[in-house]
Amino acid sequence: MAEPFLSIQHVRKSFGATTVVEDFNLDVEPGEFVSFLGPSGCGKTTVLRMVAGFEEPSAGKIVVGGKDITRLKPNQRNVGMVFQAYALFPNLTVAQNIGFGLKVAGMAKANIDARVAEMLDIIKLPQMADRYPYQLSGGQQQRIALARAIAPKPKLLLLDEPLSALDAKVRVSLREEIRSIQKKLGITTIFVTHDQEEALSISDRIAVMYGGKAEQVGTPFEIYNRPATKFVANFVGTLNVLEGKVTDAAAGTVQVNTQEVSLKGKLNGSKSGDMLSLALRPEAISLGRQPGRDSSLSGEISEVHFLGSVIRVRVGIGGNTVSLDTFNSPATPPPAVGEKAEISFSSSDMLVLH
Amino acid sequence: MTDLSLSDHAVAGKTAPPSEARALRLPTQWLGVAPFFIFAIMFLILPTLYLMLGAFQNDAGEFTFENIAALAQPSIVAAYWISLKVSLSSALIGAFAGLAIAIAIVRGGLPEWIRSATLTFSGVASNFAGVPLAFAFLATLGRLGLATVLLNTVFGLNIYAHGFNILSFWGLTLTYVYFQIPLMVVIITPAIDGLKKEWGEAAATLGATQAQYWRMVVIPVIWPSFLGTVILLFANAFGAIATAYALTGSSLNIVPILLYAQIRGDVLHNAHLGYAIAFGMIVITGLANVFYIWFRTRSERWLK
Amino acid sequence: MKSGKFWAWVVFALGAAYFFIPLIATVEFSMRMRRGAYSFDAYQIVLGDPRFQATFGYSVLAAVFTIILGVLIVVPAAYWIRLRLPQLRPIVEFITLLPLVIPAIVIVFGYIRMYGSNSPLPFLATDMGTNALLVIGYAMLALPYMYRAVDTGLRTIDVRTLTEAAQILGAGWGTIIGRVILPNVLIAVLSGAFLTFAIVIGEFTMASLLNRPAFGPYLQNVGANRAYEPAALAIIAFAITWGCMSLIQILSRFAPRSANRPN
Repeated sequence: MAEPFLSIQHVRKSFGATTVVEDFNLDVEPGEFVSFLGPSGCGKTTVLRMVAGFEEPSAGKIVVGGKDITRLKPNQRNVGMVFQAYALFPNLTVAQNIGFGLKVAGMAKANIDARVAEMLDIIKLPQMADRYPYQLSGGQQQRIALARAIAPKPKLLLLDEPLSALDAKVRVSLREEIRSIQKKLGITTIFVTHDQEEALSISDRIAVMYGGKAEQVGTPFEIYNRPATKFVANFVGTLNVLEGKVTDAAAGTVQVNTQEVSLKGKLNGSKSGDMLSLALRPEAISLGRQPGRDSSLSGEISEVHFLGSVIRVRVGIGGNTVSLDTFNSPATPPPAVGEKAEISFSSSDMLVLH
Repeated sequence: MTDLSLSDHAVAGKTAPPSEARALRLPTQWLGVAPFFIFAIMFLILPTLYLMLGAFQNDAGEFTFENIAALAQPSIVAAYWISLKVSLSSALIGAFAGLAIAIAIVRGGLPEWIRSATLTFSGVASNFAGVPLAFAFLATLGRLGLATVLLNTVFGLNIYAHGFNILSFWGLTLTYVYFQIPLMVVIITPAIDGLKKEWGEAAATLGATQAQYWRMVVIPVIWPSFLGTVILLFANAFGAIATAYALTGSSLNIVPILLYAQIRGDVLHNAHLGYAIAFGMIVITGLANVFYIWFRTRSERWLK
Repeated sequence: MKSGKFWAWVVFALGAAYFFIPLIATVEFSMRMRRGAYSFDAYQIVLGDPRFQATFGYSVLAAVFTIILGVLIVVPAAYWIRLRLPQLRPIVEFITLLPLVIPAIVIVFGYIRMYGSNSPLPFLATDMGTNALLVIGYAMLALPYMYRAVDTGLRTIDVRTLTEAAQILGAGWGTIIGRVILPNVLIAVLSGAFLTFAIVIGEFTMASLLNRPAFGPYLQNVGANRAYEPAALAIIAFAITWGCMSLIQILSRFAPRSANRPN
């Protein structure tokens, strides 16, 4: 691992008696795109605001490029920030907004104009220079806000739920654009969101936060496929949770309802008789026995939802319900409610939640 | 009206089925707004037009500029001048003081109850004008008023010996400020509230100092609503008469008092000169309001 | 941040001083009538004055009629404009701004000249006619406030949807306005009513120029002739204004808060 560019060390924040962030640690490499993912109130925005300098940590320190910035004022930190509500200055044109940071830094007008034109090209809005924010759509405003944040070449780019106020379509296209601009400029970025799909799709790494702590930090692949805690497993993606009882710890057999599955080598330390939460992603389950799937459970189809390209089927197995997706095929009719069904999966895809 | 009913007819022709329902509905909706328009035309627009036309007519009903020209006589010019001075100074003082108070209660980090108490009180005080306000200031800064007496006995400062008089330009201005400040607070507080916290934060991350942020963002954003409100306060003071009349009788010759005397007793011995004075007042407050609307549209556009 | 808070307190304290000293001084002055001791003599004299009772009663009556007239004119107009005639909105908003532009003294001057005893509409020929003209003038003065209060009320309840919902359920126009719209804008109408009351109760210019025995001219008359009673009257007037504004504040807590659409 290279020398971290941003290092958040043992940071804590409390407002009066309530602790919002406790002992948060994170190292971010240069040029890395890290998302803070979590439900509202998990402390993700507070950490971001401490990095920006709007909140002072109660304890711990924040280092950027080897320099301790913990007590620096926001306007001395050289970070760029994009807010959920755009926060464009309403009295300034697009060009003046983008040039704001350059102007307060005392840059010559010709240089400002050149940099603003360059930024407008990057965000693909070159013809908007003389418009006012109120004349632009939400997506356009947020792209201007992004351009404004990166125009002064900040060391860090902080994005505070920048897509939450936008329509679903714009949200997807803008997040791809943000990622490609970030890659092109190689700017170290922290992105705060409560939307797991967003975080999974654009991050190098994700810090999943809950209750003021980082539950897990890892690549999207790790977070999704190997969630470290029950919270992470539940918060990221859809999950089927089955309650099971360990019948033979040595052999790795677990009883679900009245059926047995074998989870050899995954029980790390559970004893016979322990109750376990077992989790399966919908895409890891097939309807009927499939080659290569070593485990199966039988039950009865309780719901069928036709969603177009896929059909979401819910299968009741005793007291548990399992969701799974099958692809639509024009040749075969979808399964019917009430049919007996068998589901199969690889025991290696089964997550054991602690 | 013909225009509108025509277009309605056209619509009814296109969408054939509900045409009967439309025919029933049309008169109802015009009936609903008719009282408003009749009322406004009869008791607002026509009387005003009547005076404005009268300003350009002589006793024989012929068109003339004589009345307007007669406004140039020194006593009338003086009345306009002092009215403008009192209105403008009370508007400016009220506006700056009101702005300071609004900023203090919105941005100053004062407890929440101060904000709500100030806004409630402002609602009351901005409507506490007219005769009672004059009484209150006579009781405070009149010759026997509490503040006058206390300043004299406690600090040895006899303000009347130093040329102050409640029945003067400054006395009237100070009294008008009592409803101007709260009016400013009531109108400008939403504008200050409209300054988003994120703007300040965005400016800070972009490297701006607090002073730069105020100069480049806050002041330009507030400016239109501030100026607009100053104009509103000006018009508010310019047309006011009760406070001044109760305070000074007719010793301070402002335009509304002059017009009042003219209506009561034709003191200028020229009925049409009264029309001209009224016309002058309408022109001044009307111009003020054109600017007010212009500034307000600008600030609303930004802040929506 | 620290110094900002300090200055905020300074500004607030200065403002409070400017606004409270006249009130305190007026209370103090009003109680000085009896030589050497504070007393409520001035209040007793004022409240016992038959002319006070008569003029105050007259003005209360005028205010009540003004409110009724204002509601009858404003509510249907505001409702129809929200519902079906949005193209009239700019015109109506402009008209409702006019009473703030044209000074009251000019409006009443126009009335005196237009509706004199020998005009086609001789309002001023009879006492009742003059009373009616005063109420009309007051309704004009209150128009900007009444219209805004009602329009805001209509906006928060989203009249169009409510009306259409009532129509689908088979309600006629009477039912819609009486049972659906009015109850929902009642708070707004009442707010406008109390504001109207506060404006009208001590109004001087129109009442004086129309020679009506109203509270405003009475106040002025007492002020010109007495020493301590005016201060007592000022306190009473302030209390009335305060009462009206407090009622509006209290009412606003009961206002429907469905800000479901901004426009």
